[in-house]
Amino acid sequence: MHIDDTLQFAFHAMRGYRTRTYLMLLAMAIGVASVVLLTSLGEGARIYVSQQFSSLGTHILIVLPGRAETTGGMPPIMGETPRDLTLDDVAAIQRSRHVKQLAPIVLGAAPVSYQQLEREVMVMGSTASLYSVRQMSLSSGQFLPEQEITRASSVCVLGYTLKKELFGSTSPLGKWVRVSEYRCRVIGVTADEGVSLGMDLGEVLIMPAASAQSLFNVNSVFRILVEADSQEEMALAKQDVIDIIRERHDGEDDITVLSQDALLSTFDRILTALTYSLGGIAAISLLVAGIMIMNVMLVAVAQRTAEIGLLKALGSPRRQIIMLFLTESACLSIIGAMLGLLFGLSGNWVLQQYFPDFPFQAPDWALWAAVCIALSTGLLFGMLPARHAANLDAVTALSGR
Amino acid sequence: MIKLEHIARTFKVGDELVHGLDDVCLDIKDGEYISIMGPSGSGKSTLLNVLGLLDKPDQGHYFLDGSNVTELSEQNQANVRREKIGFVFQTFHLVPRLTAAENIALPLTLAGVPHEERDQRVQDVLKSLSLTNRGHHRPDQLSGGQRQRVAIARAVITNPVVMLADEPTGNLDHASGIEVINILEDLNKNGITLLLVTHDIELGERAHRIIHMMDGKVYS
Ligand SMILES: Nc1ncnc2c1ncn2[C@@H]1O[C@H](COP(=O)(O)OP(=O)(O)OP(=O)(O)O)[C@@H](O)[C@H]1O
Ligand SMILES: [Mg+2]
Repeated sequence: MHIDDTLQFAFHAMRGYRTRTYLMLLAMAIGVASVVLLTSLGEGARIYVSQQFSSLGTHILIVLPGRAETTGGMPPIMGETPRDLTLDDVAAIQRSRHVKQLAPIVLGAAPVSYQQLEREVMVMGSTASLYSVRQMSLSSGQFLPEQEITRASSVCVLGYTLKKELFGSTSPLGKWVRVSEYRCRVIGVTADEGVSLGMDLGEVLIMPAASAQSLFNVNSVFRILVEADSQEEMALAKQDVIDIIRERHDGEDDITVLSQDALLSTFDRILTALTYSLGGIAAISLLVAGIMIMNVMLVAVAQRTAEIGLLKALGSPRRQIIMLFLTESACLSIIGAMLGLLFGLSGNWVLQQYFPDFPFQAPDWALWAAVCIALSTGLLFGMLPARHAANLDAVTALSGR
Repeated sequence: MIKLEHIARTFKVGDELVHGLDDVCLDIKDGEYISIMGPSGSGKSTLLNVLGLLDKPDQGHYFLDGSNVTELSEQNQANVRREKIGFVFQTFHLVPRLTAAENIALPLTLAGVPHEERDQRVQDVLKSLSLTNRGHHRPDQLSGGQRQRVAIARAVITNPVVMLADEPTGNLDHASGIEVINILEDLNKNGITLLLVTHDIELGERAHRIIHMMDGKVYS
């Protein structure tokens, strides 16, 4: 039998039993569409996170106090109290020739007020180089002045949102704001950049690290961002940082140095795993669709017993009858899968209109996998009914007994 | 051309053995016109099914054109059915979703005969059975007599050597029945071997040879 005749026979049968056909197409389509949508969510999260990371700048090492037991992981939550990192440590690291520039970060919350308006905000202590390390931009004024790391001065840069809350549309440059019991002069305002890495720079007040330390009455640094010149330099810079701190901390390795790549690849792994598991969950609905195809095809075989008997009388061997019924389930699953792709991708498009910041993007492998799984469940679950049809006794089938 | 040697076919119904065919021996020559008659349950249909290779005898040998077809594989038996045997059933067995022409072409389609040749042969057969303008009708748009003519057209389109007709007039009124028998007899005149099961004595006696059956046994 020619392939086009086989296909035509299948299509005749599909048209002959419309309700059944629509139900099966729908089941398949829903399965495939959910694979597309769920993996798009996972993949979107992955792309979103890596975009966030790239806003941090490239070739960045993050130095934090305390030693992580596993490389590339998160710092320990409990354990020995490590020695703090200080601004002297920062100055020492800065002398490494593999370090291009670095920015310490001191972090705390404090009330910030101007005239009658007061806000509780994040205060970030750092240095002038934070500007280029974090790849920031300003909407007005200038950033922290270049000066000795350990020197305090009474200036600050306001986050864009904070400035709006405290000053409205008037220029804050040159005005004095009160931060807890200190006063400092506003010298700049950050650009409206939105959130990056969970920290909204629009909501913070940035001041020299030494000033922040005395504001919060601490000697420690929350973390240090170290920038190297290139990918190759990063490893050297990392080793340098470790060596310098070990020497300064009486031979103890009590810091953790994370590279941005390591962090990113950790997130990447987690989110890829998430995408796979979402895909797997969605694939269960494909399995359900497969079982539905099996049931409906079994009913179809029962309905068409006489027809199968006739095919045998007309000289169809078993192989051909299996082929005819398998073609039918394969066609149903392929068409269902195509509809599912259509539903899924247009679903993505609609979601994208509602959430323009989040990339809804189905990974290519998911599209292929969805179609392949749809087809193979169709064939797999179509096999039983097809064999059932081929094994029918011709005489019984024809007599309708 | 057909030779049955001690064919037996028993069915198990509960604990009882029913003899569908009991030690049947039969010789049928090329081009014969035979009617098979007998009471209900005497084994007429079972005989046709064995002759048509739809049913396997438990004992005995069946020679068709000199070869022992009881020994053939499933695939080869299917080939013999396709090439040598035409079936006509009491209940027509047309595929309801296909048109008359598609139903008639079905054996050729299954055999992989190309489109053009198929169409040509279908047109020829439709013409010879005066169904020319019924080709695109579906079975439910045809009368009983027309349906049976479509079924006969489907049976002859492969040019079989044997035509097995199991009560082809059973569901038809007298006039359509006569019409169908006339067609079958015409086919026989053109050389086909015709085996006709019927309850109608008048129709049965038109055959050149009558086989009587009773409790699975054949009395010529
Ligand atoms: N599949 C089967 N299972 C059990 N018994 C069967 C089966 N097929 C036929 N028989 C029995 O075999 C015997 C012969 O049946 P068959 O159908 O050949 O009779 P028939 O002569 O064609 O009768 P009718 O004129 O009513 O069509 C009957 O007793 C029937 O009950
Ligand atoms: Mg019968």
